[in-house]
Amino acid sequence: MGFYIVQFLTGLASASALFLVASGLSIIFGVTRIVNFAHGAFYMLGAYVAFTLTERLSGAFGFWGGIVLAALAVAIIGVLVEMLLLRRIYSSPELFQLLATFGLTLMVEDLVVLIWGPDDLLGRRAPGFRGAVEMFGQNVPSYDLFMIVLGPVVLGILWLLFHRTRWGILVRAATQDRDMVAALGVNQKWLFTSVFGAGVFLAALGGALQIPRDAVHHALDLRIIVEVFVVVVIGGLGSITGAFVAAVLVAELNAFGILVFPKISIILVFLVMAVVLIVRPWGLFGKPEAAARKTPGLSVRPWQPLSQNERIAFAVGVVLAALLPLIAGNYALAVGAEIAIFVIFAASLHFLMSVGGLASFGHAAYFGLGAYGVAFLAKIAGLPMIVCLALGPLLGLFGAAIFGFFAIQLSGVYFAMLTLAFAQIVWSIAFQWVPVTGGDNGILSIWPETWAAGPARFYWLSLAVAVAVVGLLRVIVFSPFGYALRGTRDSLLRSESIGIDAKRIQWTAFVIAGTAAGIGGSLFAYLKGSVFPDNIGIGLSVDALVMVLLGGVETVSGAVVGAIVFKALSIWLVSQTDWSKLILGGVIVLIVVAFPKGIVGMIETWRARSDAPSSKSAALAASQPEGAE
Amino acid sequence: MKRRDLLIGASLFGATFAAALAGSATGALAQAEIKIGEINSYSALPAFTEPYRKGWQLAVEEINAAGGVNGKKIVVISKDDGGKPADALTAANELVEKEKVAMLAGTFLSNIGLAVSDFANQKKVFFLAAEPLTDAITWSKGNRYTFRLRPSNYMQAAMLVDEAAKLPAKRWATIAPNYEYGQSAVGVFKKLLSAKRPDIEWVDEQWPPLGKIDAGPVVQATAAAKPDAILNVMFGADLVKLVREGNTRGTFKDRSVVSFLTGEPEYLDPLKDETPEGWIVTGYPWNDIQIPEHDKFLKAYQAKYNDYPRLGSIVGYQTIKAAAAILAKAGSEDTDKMIAAAEGITMPSPFGEITFRKIDHQSTLGAFVGKTAQKDGKGVMTGSAYRNGKDYLPSDAEVSTLRPKE
Amino acid sequence: MSEAPRLLFVEGLNKSYGGVHAVRNVSFSVAPGEILALIGPNGAGKTTCFNMLNGQTPADSGRVVLRGQDISGKQPREVWRLGVGRTFQITATYSSMTVRENVQVALISFQSKLFSMLNATQRFANDEADRLLGLVGMEGYAARPCGELAYGDLKRLELAIALANDPKLLLMDEPTAGMAPRERVELMRLTAQIAREKEIGVLFTEHDMDVVFEHADRIIVLNRGAIISEGSPDQVRNDPQVKAVYLGDGLVFGHAEAHA
Repeated sequence: MGFYIVQFLTGLASASALFLVASGLSIIFGVTRIVNFAHGAFYMLGAYVAFTLTERLSGAFGFWGGIVLAALAVAIIGVLVEMLLLRRIYSSPELFQLLATFGLTLMVEDLVVLIWGPDDLLGRRAPGFRGAVEMFGQNVPSYDLFMIVLGPVVLGILWLLFHRTRWGILVRAATQDRDMVAALGVNQKWLFTSVFGAGVFLAALGGALQIPRDAVHHALDLRIIVEVFVVVVIGGLGSITGAFVAAVLVAELNAFGILVFPKISIILVFLVMAVVLIVRPWGLFGKPEAAARKTPGLSVRPWQPLSQNERIAFAVGVVLAALLPLIAGNYALAVGAEIAIFVIFAASLHFLMSVGGLASFGHAAYFGLGAYGVAFLAKIAGLPMIVCLALGPLLGLFGAAIFGFFAIQLSGVYFAMLTLAFAQIVWSIAFQWVPVTGGDNGILSIWPETWAAGPARFYWLSLAVAVAVVGLLRVIVFSPFGYALRGTRDSLLRSESIGIDAKRIQWTAFVIAGTAAGIGGSLFAYLKGSVFPDNIGIGLSVDALVMVLLGGVETVSGAVVGAIVFKALSIWLVSQTDWSKLILGGVIVLIVVAFPKGIVGMIETWRARSDAPSSKSAALAASQPEGAE
Repeated sequence: MKRRDLLIGASLFGATFAAALAGSATGALAQAEIKIGEINSYSALPAFTEPYRKGWQLAVEEINAAGGVNGKKIVVISKDDGGKPADALTAANELVEKEKVAMLAGTFLSNIGLAVSDFANQKKVFFLAAEPLTDAITWSKGNRYTFRLRPSNYMQAAMLVDEAAKLPAKRWATIAPNYEYGQSAVGVFKKLLSAKRPDIEWVDEQWPPLGKIDAGPVVQATAAAKPDAILNVMFGADLVKLVREGNTRGTFKDRSVVSFLTGEPEYLDPLKDETPEGWIVTGYPWNDIQIPEHDKFLKAYQAKYNDYPRLGSIVGYQTIKAAAAILAKAGSEDTDKMIAAAEGITMPSPFGEITFRKIDHQSTLGAFVGKTAQKDGKGVMTGSAYRNGKDYLPSDAEVSTLRPKE
Repeated sequence: MSEAPRLLFVEGLNKSYGGVHAVRNVSFSVAPGEILALIGPNGAGKTTCFNMLNGQTPADSGRVVLRGQDISGKQPREVWRLGVGRTFQITATYSSMTVRENVQVALISFQSKLFSMLNATQRFANDEADRLLGLVGMEGYAARPCGELAYGDLKRLELAIALANDPKLLLMDEPTAGMAPRERVELMRLTAQIAREKEIGVLFTEHDMDVVFEHADRIIVLNRGAIISEGSPDQVRNDPQVKAVYLGDGLVFGHAEAHA
């Protein structure tokens, strides 16, 4: 019995640690709607800065002072980030801030190694909390007890802050209704800045408080960020109490889960999240999201099918790309094939995200399923390549049909997180089911047959499939189905009131996008000659999001350009330098600032501006499509 | 206006596409040098790869100072794989297709090692795997083109089992990261120890995810099974958390702990004054080795870098030294000749003479087994002894059944 | 009371939110070609009533019968397919499409071609869309991005969209809210004309009493969720109970006072 009580206490200590970081993320999202991918980076910075300060400052005061100072210092960095970077892009399309914070995260991961060196660092133990207290015949670390107390204390302080101060009341009001608060004459700028600073403070404090338990190293951010998102979503976005309850739930399930299933930690949080979201679509303590407001600055220029000239330009582009084998070497062709495959992948996510308004955070699941589909067919069934390529994506289709059914019941960030949970579940199956999938060692030796072997042939194959898939998706975008899908994104209310079954449309779109991703994954398996759980991983899902956002989420062709730019740049940087993350992150941040609508979005804006004088005649011409055709 | 539209459109799809690639399309001329393509997880695992890089750079310097190989200078072209197999394959492709390297070398993670090994097999390129520990790379998925330097999972397990079998402990628990390396380390250790000691029982196993251990509950759960001894396979930051929790809770008190890799400076040094006492570990006690070749290496390394070597330094150093020895014996950069030369080649190393076995392409480089201790607030290995890798491999008959027929 | 054949028949509708009885025991009917106004002070339950008619909000009890078919509990999209068009108090249109495309989508939906994927939308129902736009006087705006329209134009666009399924019944929630006075009159005149020509029943809520009393054939007055008066404009105008409710609310008939 004593053991179970102590295990429960240990779980509570883990929960407190998780809660600190999660509460910060929840506050930031609640008010600013920023999906702050850099939250983990701030957590990590908190730990590093606290390490340095506690090494320098001596005594108990030095230690605790160092912890708080570290959190404050990182909060100041957070405030600067908000003022210099995020403020510029609040009016950008939804999720664009994700791109900025993703870029920052990449940079921080390399910067900490540059500043603090590559070795794992061992911080000081907390003065007064070094030992253990005997309870029920078991030793409980006194620092755990400290953490157990700290969690509810922070919850209490936050509660007081939000219910007893003007600032807190504004924050709560803004979480409910941002526009109303703005209309009441509150200076939104500083409200956002202060909220972001407060959220970062909590993240950094969470990181700093880990130094007596953990090692400080450059991968701390990745370890925490996804888990924290999950906790926030389970609890209900914007709900601090929810974050606390969810943290306790997740930590306790883990503490007791490993007694029954020792391998459960790897997947537990995602299972919990999937179940919670299916049963309670807005998390445990969340409220239904207010009807999605039109993102300020949402493109009012309706999408147009390609004009005659653009079609010619597109054809010229394809022909130029097809001629690449004449001038490029084998390596360049392999890179070209890889880029073409990622064009397919990005275009498939774009279809779901830009056309359908459904931003999936787990799109790699279907890419990976396509890849594994090919691997199973080729290695286990021994089928010929052409059959594998044709049937492999079906695994992506099935996956999308099953997961999509549940995911489309939700919307917004909850949709995103449920897709992430499904992707992680698929990933962990690939990772854990060693006899079938080979686990993390993957499935090897899936090389193309002679007809597609050789860099030039495989490049042409990839290019042809990419052109076909992108072209087909584009046709669908401008088909009645595409319009219906876009309609469900623009106004669900209107769609339902003109007889459109929005869920069926969205589900179909999910399956189309998943299948297209699976086609990309199938080619990828042959390109690399192997498949790994990585092909399903969060990293790949994030890459896809970045490609779409980089190109311009509101454009039709943004994903293609985003994929080419991002993939070419990252392959080149990884090849040229060990600090590719720093540079790539920097470039992404610069692009975010310079092209707040994405690359293609910006080009379109420029074109529209230079066309402006003739826009009336253009509108007139367009109103007579018979004449224009 | 229209023409400009067309231009923009074209540049959007095709030209960007082509231009992005054309830049990297230039080939390289073969000069009076031998190119070795090297891949490792520099950005993902800097704690290991920094000393590793210093190691191979020292080797390159020494080799070229001595006149190079076959009258040519050695050039190492090094690429980062970011810890991802897919990126490692892109890098391998670049090294082979664009840089026209004579051979591939390096890699740390097992899955990356396997991916590059399979690539080498496909492209018929010589691959000298430096670090990946998985047994598969020389056995179940072994191929003609792949050789491996470091003592494998099996070998290290066998070394540890020798010591573990001497312990009186009867109840064993295991803690290992939940991925292939952890699983196979535990698997081999269990099999070998149970064979030597049929009287023991396995009472608990914990499988925290790699890099994400929630150490408190794991330690607590392990202790609850009341084992006499614990096998640990966690390393890196996970190890730090595990040790700290275990120390505070007294989990390791009065229990024997056998631990993979913990004696390697990469993992031991961060533990500082919290290093647990008396764990039986494999590792690299760099300041306590009486091997003349090692003295020479140590002096050269410290002179060049003003820092002490980690195990990564040895691995990096010996990888390139081995590459040079193979190239010299082959007298050529021809892959078949290099394979012929590498099979059974014997060469010096900082740990003494090693051989790349013909039967499975595994080198006989060994490891040190000793016990952890604290000295001046730092973790050290005491009573350590070198275990020659050749003594910890299964019989040739057994090995030949493990490898696929060619 | 009406001898004409009933298009819509509503019987005993009830809806509570928590402890609040938003709509209580509401029954009425609409005849083809009839223009029926549903009025009442703020919070009287007009929009709730509306939402129950087209399935947006499920009723606690009661029956909605359209042309002899019980449509209670059906989804909005199913109700729409049975010939009920709807406009919203706060317009709901597709801001990323042109005006014509907005109408086209409704027409395509009516033709059950929503899952057509390989044909360009431009090929569908162009003329029909333009005809509907012409009907509401929007032919000149067809190629305009919907997001650029003035509010009054959006209302007219919604009317065009609502006509796309050749409806038998139009539900118009505050059709003239936010419009200039002249536009209001025009829109209602237009609606009335279409209703008479096509024998469409129109049920609308409205705050502008000028509009109501000028265009409605019949008026139903709701207060606190219940019908307190029903009849011709003159009957309602002179109903003392109505006067009590509205005068208590500080609003005098005959003045065009928007209550928004």
